[in-house]
Amino acid sequence: MMAVAKGTPKIKLTEVVKRFGDNSVLDGVNLSVEPGESVAIIGGSGTGKSVTLKCILGLLTPDSGSVTVDGEEVVGARSREMSRIRTKFGMLFQGGALFDSMPVWRNVTFGLTQGRMTDAAHMRRVAEENLERVGLSRDILNLRPNELSGGMQKRVALARAIAPRPEIIFFDEPTTGLDPIRADMINDLITSLVEDLGVTALTITHDMVSARKIANRVAMLYNGRIIWHGPRDRLYDSGNPYVDQFVQGRADGPIR
Amino acid sequence: MTESLPASILSAFAAIGRPAIAMFAMIGRIAVFAFTALVRAVTPPFYPARFGTQLMEIGWYSLPVVGLTAIFTGSALAQQIYTGGSRFDASATVPAIVVFGMVRELGPVLVGLMVAGRVASAMAAELGTMRVTEQLDALTTLRTDAFRYLIVPRMAASVIALPIMVLIANSIGIMGGFLLAIYKLGFNPASYLATTRKFLQSDDIWMAVVKAAVFGFIIGLMGCYNGSRTSGGAAGVGKATTDAVVSAFILILFSDLLITILALK
Ligand SMILES: Nc1ncnc2c1ncn2[C@@H]1O[C@H](COP(=O)(O)OP(=O)(O)OP(=O)(O)O)[C@@H](O)[C@H]1O
Ligand SMILES: [Mg+2]
Repeated sequence: MMAVAKGTPKIKLTEVVKRFGDNSVLDGVNLSVEPGESVAIIGGSGTGKSVTLKCILGLLTPDSGSVTVDGEEVVGARSREMSRIRTKFGMLFQGGALFDSMPVWRNVTFGLTQGRMTDAAHMRRVAEENLERVGLSRDILNLRPNELSGGMQKRVALARAIAPRPEIIFFDEPTTGLDPIRADMINDLITSLVEDLGVTALTITHDMVSARKIANRVAMLYNGRIIWHGPRDRLYDSGNPYVDQFVQGRADGPIR
Repeated sequence: MTESLPASILSAFAAIGRPAIAMFAMIGRIAVFAFTALVRAVTPPFYPARFGTQLMEIGWYSLPVVGLTAIFTGSALAQQIYTGGSRFDASATVPAIVVFGMVRELGPVLVGLMVAGRVASAMAAELGTMRVTEQLDALTTLRTDAFRYLIVPRMAASVIALPIMVLIANSIGIMGGFLLAIYKLGFNPASYLATTRKFLQSDDIWMAVVKAAVFGFIIGLMGCYNGSRTSGGAAGVGKATTDAVVSAFILILFSDLLITILALK
């Protein structure tokens, strides 16, 4: 483990730009996340929230700008460096991205086994524990992802993301597609990961209740930039007309 | 008029140049992909279990279709030569040409094309679906190298499986010709076998094995390259699958010609 200077942000994005052909998605994103902090990103559909997470993970390469994790530059990092940095992360993909050729228990433990057939009995127990944390029973251990409901798939994917106990976890819409009770259970899980285990969390959500519950700080992405960020209590009196319109879900306002 | 001529010539060059540049760029990408696969194939971590699964998938489950192709082709070849070549000494030419035809040319090419149709498409569809559903990204975030975990086992299994299958197909094809010659054309079994053995050269068998290994590499490369570059949902997966099969077919036939010319001069 490399010593990280005190006061270094866990994650820092500086003027990150990402285009797909003519489609300019990120246009100078600046965002900093402190160790142990939980930040929620809100913003309209298609504004580049998922793209932002993928740029941090090195799954997409920004056209310009800088991304650092514990002070180490990610953009342009060699693949060996990048895979070492990635061991810090867990990622819940928006669509789940479960491996459909494997049963649930092998999905959940994939981050530990890297696909190897190590100690199946132990791994099944690990899978069971992690499924329990997301409110799923051991009955589904042997099922394939396509035999599960959408909400169950999401929670299995969540279990897979947290199973290796990463220090930073990204949640891309963790409560979308869940009923209100299950959604609140996931909110509690994220809160306890941050408060009890000291995890740094970055969550994309369209669910304002969830954002206020799980995040210390909320940032809003609009037109390729972070146009506002502030503590969660200020979400409903941000003084920013874009944020106001968004959190109140009004069709009329500066955002069209 | 005076200016339109150079302009039209320039635009003609541009019309040729753009696809040419695109083609060179594609060849470059495929070369980088192949090189990456080779490097990752010889550096750990290795996934022997995944390799075994792919060997079964590519080799074992392709055997029925390969066997049928070989026996039909071998028999048809015997009949063709008998009818077309009866002016000459049929009892010598039929077994000789069945052996040459199967071992040098038809065995490798037909097996290559059959397996390309069956396997390159499956690889492209599977990897393409994993790409568009972000399973490849998920693999990366779970600290697993998609090249080593998914692509190397497929390409390696395909390079190993094809020569074995071609040897099997050649034997079955020769047997198909033998059976037809004995039961339909009334050849003498002992002398047919003796002629077959005489014309079965180890150089030709080597050529078949080399061709098969090259075809296996092409099948794995085209299946995995097209699959892992898929974009754009279900339609993208369909396109990747078609591209994989068509490009594998063309490259197999082209490299067959190349190897044949180089070996026989
Ligand atoms: N791999 C890609 N290739 C091309 N364009 C892409 C790619 N990924 C994302 N985009 C484009 O980037 C834009 C932002 O996508 P992104 O998935 O980040 O949106 P989002 O903010 O997460 O939206 P949502 O809330 O609907 O999930 C979209 O216009 C999308 O078309
Ligand atoms: Mg998204």
